[in-house]
Amino acid sequence: MLGLNKKDATLLGVVAVLVIFAPFILNPFPADSAMAQFNAGYPDLMQRFVIFGIFAVGFNLLFGLTGYLSFGHAAFLGVGSYSAVWMFKLLSMNVIPAILLSMVIAGLFALLIGFISLRRTGIYFSILTLAFAEMSFRLAYSVLTPITNGETGLQLTLEDPRILGQTATENGGIPVTNLFGLEMRSTEVLNLGGWTFQFNNGYYMAGALLLVAFYISIRIFRSPFGMMLRAVKSNQQRMNYTGLNTKPYTLAAFVISGMYAGLAGGLMASMDPLAGAERMQWTASGEVVLMTILGGAGTLIGPVLGAGFIKYFENIFSKINEAVLHSWFHALPDGLENAIVWVLEHFVGSGWHLTLGLLFMLVVTFLPGGLVEGGQRLGRLFGRKKDAEEKTATQSTPAE
Amino acid sequence: MTNKLTRRGLLKTGAVGGAGLALPTIFTTGAHAFTNEPSGGTVTLGFNVPQSGPYADEGADELRAYMLAVEHLNGEGDGGMLNTFSSKVLEGNGILGKKVEYVTGDTQTKSDAARASAKSMIEKDGAIMITGGSSSGVAVAVQSLCQEAGVIFMAGLTHSNDTTGKDKKANGFRHFFNAYMSGAALAPVLAKTYGTDRKAYHLTADYTWGWTQEESIVAATEALGWETVQTVKTPLSATDFSSYITPVLQTDADVLILNHYGGNMVNSLTNAVQFGLREKVVNGKNFEIVVPLFSRLMARGAGENVKGILGSTNWHWSLQDEGSQAFVKSFGTKYGFPPSQAAHTCYVQTLLYADAVARAGSFNPCAVGEALEGFEFDGMGNGPTLYRAEDHQCFKDVLVVRGKENPTSEFDLLEVVEVTPVGQVTYAPDHPMFAGGALGSCNPGA
Amino acid sequence: MDAIILQILNGLDKGSAYALIALGLTLIFGTLGVVNFAHGALFMIGAFCAVTLNKLLNLSVETVDPTRTDFLGNPLKVKTPYVETWFGPEFGHAIIDWSVPLAILFSIPIMIAIGFIMERGLIKHFYRRPHADQILVTFGLAIVLQELIKHYYGANPIQTPAPGAFRGSFDFGAMLGFDPNTIIYPYWRMIYFAFAAVIIGGVFAFLQFTTFGMVVRAGMADRETVGLLGINIDKRFTIMFGLAAAVAGLAGVMYAPINSPNYHMGMDFLVLSFVVVVVGGMGSLPGAVAAGFLLGILESFASMNEIKSILPGIDQIIIYVAAIIILLTRPRGLLGRKGVMED
Repeated sequence: MLGLNKKDATLLGVVAVLVIFAPFILNPFPADSAMAQFNAGYPDLMQRFVIFGIFAVGFNLLFGLTGYLSFGHAAFLGVGSYSAVWMFKLLSMNVIPAILLSMVIAGLFALLIGFISLRRTGIYFSILTLAFAEMSFRLAYSVLTPITNGETGLQLTLEDPRILGQTATENGGIPVTNLFGLEMRSTEVLNLGGWTFQFNNGYYMAGALLLVAFYISIRIFRSPFGMMLRAVKSNQQRMNYTGLNTKPYTLAAFVISGMYAGLAGGLMASMDPLAGAERMQWTASGEVVLMTILGGAGTLIGPVLGAGFIKYFENIFSKINEAVLHSWFHALPDGLENAIVWVLEHFVGSGWHLTLGLLFMLVVTFLPGGLVEGGQRLGRLFGRKKDAEEKTATQSTPAE
Repeated sequence: MTNKLTRRGLLKTGAVGGAGLALPTIFTTGAHAFTNEPSGGTVTLGFNVPQSGPYADEGADELRAYMLAVEHLNGEGDGGMLNTFSSKVLEGNGILGKKVEYVTGDTQTKSDAARASAKSMIEKDGAIMITGGSSSGVAVAVQSLCQEAGVIFMAGLTHSNDTTGKDKKANGFRHFFNAYMSGAALAPVLAKTYGTDRKAYHLTADYTWGWTQEESIVAATEALGWETVQTVKTPLSATDFSSYITPVLQTDADVLILNHYGGNMVNSLTNAVQFGLREKVVNGKNFEIVVPLFSRLMARGAGENVKGILGSTNWHWSLQDEGSQAFVKSFGTKYGFPPSQAAHTCYVQTLLYADAVARAGSFNPCAVGEALEGFEFDGMGNGPTLYRAEDHQCFKDVLVVRGKENPTSEFDLLEVVEVTPVGQVTYAPDHPMFAGGALGSCNPGA
Repeated sequence: MDAIILQILNGLDKGSAYALIALGLTLIFGTLGVVNFAHGALFMIGAFCAVTLNKLLNLSVETVDPTRTDFLGNPLKVKTPYVETWFGPEFGHAIIDWSVPLAILFSIPIMIAIGFIMERGLIKHFYRRPHADQILVTFGLAIVLQELIKHYYGANPIQTPAPGAFRGSFDFGAMLGFDPNTIIYPYWRMIYFAFAAVIIGGVFAFLQFTTFGMVVRAGMADRETVGLLGINIDKRFTIMFGLAAAVAGLAGVMYAPINSPNYHMGMDFLVLSFVVVVVGGMGSLPGAVAAGFLLGILESFASMNEIKSILPGIDQIIIYVAAIIILLTRPRGLLGRKGVMED
């Protein structure tokens, strides 16, 4: 199917099913139950899952295949966001031109940085990419404020020209991003018993693009081009000795990967038309590295899992506060309740970073292959050795 | 609850009965009159404060104030400023009889993360109002989000002129003072204390807040005869300011103005004192250092170095008016230490919001906004205050403070030098420093 | 002229901190082949050793002073540090005043212990793992360490002053024969530079002139062969890790009076120190030190108004511009060896 072998087609199918039914899968608890805190099925977070999924899949095309560890990938995401917002400001609120432009600009930016940085390998390459990204961030935050609006982030205003659209709506608001009239932010709500499920246009558009991105990534992994990149990873020197110039291949991988980041950036701006400079900071670049390694570098589904894992903690755990903890344990005797709350509050709310750090250490120590390996182990545990990868997908995602 | 499958778009009814379920309805059409209309017996507020990053302590103090405000609104505790507030519509039975509940989130002091957190409060938790934050970038970003989503934003600590200047929004309101007011209040005291014949050297954090403050202070001091020798931008990420301090020594400047906040302020002030600037004599005058925006929480990090340094602040716990005393008493009794200016502004904003809802008789953001616009009140610690309709900025007295020479406790770092009357810090809504934006029209969402 | 000398002094001062952190980082890189993202956290913990000792010495007995009141109107509790009640106010006060220098003694065993525990408990399991895994695990560790510090000390900077005698500044220019009052420099920054020079010299001497150091240098060059010679290289590597942690910790202790420590200062220095190490060249200790001072001085010059007026914002990015230029002209940084972390 679609030029994929059976195993890959199944994997793509599983991902498609997960994306389509995410609003159900991520909302396993009734909205007024105490566990509703763990529900992740609201538009903003679902959008973030798929957008960072795209970002990580793209990063993995470079890192997983060639072994080149870019520490400045967030720069491409940031540039993509800025391009998209400028498109909304100048042209129209339709997301198609914005996303196209963000991919093109990010691709060009990646071509430039890749061309220079790929002259070096190993950690020298990593530091070069880091240097370019940090420069972009710092300049965007200060000197380039006329283009980037600095600290606040580039946003839409009521004075933007929007030559193909309208400057302001009839009731004096800023028009919203849309796909030929289909508003990105509009959400259908389905109430089913105690459950509330939200279906958001923007999410489904981003989800569709994730599937496309994922499909292309599978094709690249299985193509002769992908084979070549893997050869670069295992021994670049030998490749060079055989008289083959590997640079065009690595540069192509770098640019494709940068365009994935640009797509993610453009999508972020399409869902929420604001582009902040922090998107380009080294911590953001580090985050996508962590997502990929955490999920399992070099695997197809790993980066998506890693992205979901980190975003889940950032958005769900940080919101659990003392009052929520007390409401969970109020049935217990007072002393015990306070003791449990006292222990747990170190790990949630403002302590969410601590939990994340501990989990990084635990996962990488005990699951050298990342979350994907965890899934495979679970798969083996249940005695179904075949389709281990597929198992991974179904086993791990609902836990997000 | 019904078990029937209900599609909002088709049936245009919410299937949520009186189940006490706050249904998130951001950006949907139909059904509700406005975003997150509270149903059932509770109403949810969203407290979006920095819990990680450099302003985490300020965020923690804001959160304490919010929890205290919720207690008081729900009729628990001693009532705090509800007893001194000039408007008496709040009865301690929640807001419009609905019990106040809250959700919290981490802004990380990044516009992206702050918006993500605010969105999850609106989309997932059904928050009807978002408040908090400890920097202007975040305030402006979240304010525009709330405008789009159709909820009210009650800004926390944000001092940039832009928040109620070029980035003002109909759904956003700021109680905290701004850089212009700092300049207007500080300059006369500076002129009185240090004379009108002074040469000032500015070090300014290189981002929007720093720029607006520099602009404001330069304008205010030059109007009184000071000369500005040089203004130098310093990177936000700078930790060691030595290479920015030493050039000061090469000029004939006799005042150093530090347009820094937070960790930047602590480090630049510490470094300036290290380099002996305070013992220096230039042009026959003692060299002076000024920190236009003082934060007591942060000043602790600079320790002894703040002694004698002039600055401005929105509020200080040592104020003797009834409202301040009531607030300090209930906060101090609950937590064991006095509140910061960030805590104060957040507490007041929550009460002001609740009061506006009660006076409007509705949670509809447009009705609430109308109730807040032009609202005059007193008893909240800053004297008679006006929420100006044109730009949603509060106009009230501004405190000029000085680092205390002989503190009696670790909290007793600042002493109030002068309470600058509101008339002196008021400006026209179309003042050039605030021009360029428009409130737009209020957005109730839905 | 004096403006330039002052900026060189500032650069040497910043460079001292960069060089000390980079030195430890490159020791770990070179000997163990581990990318240690928790190295910045070690620097931060060093600074907090100074904070902790300061707090310990300030542990106080509370007595109620009925004549004065606190902010709630209750009688004021007056705090007197125990050391002052034990040793008398004057000597007790002097001990508190000298808490930062005392913290050097206090921090060495702590930092070495932390280094040992980190290496034995965690890092040694990652010697044979890919660098990516090492990054993830040490980054996780760095987050955990800084969150623990944040939990106990809060997020705000905490002032940790130098002894009163060294708090101010002195006329350094007059000592060199310049006009008086042109080059005034703080005592403590001078001390920091001298301290860094001593530590760096000490580490080099240790590696150069001791048998232990010789084995370690041999191990850095060719780990396998040294192992085959029957030398227990693992044990020595543990000690090296402890040493690197101690160097980072001491850099932190002495840095505390210059800028008030806060919990994320390690992360602030982390990226920078990686740039320093790589610019210096992987596996080269002199390279790391040279790059530290070079980048420190460049950073100071870039913040001069004369340069900023020509190239606005150059002080924001100078380090990265320098890194790019150096890495493009010298493939392995200033003094890097071939084959170290190039794949």
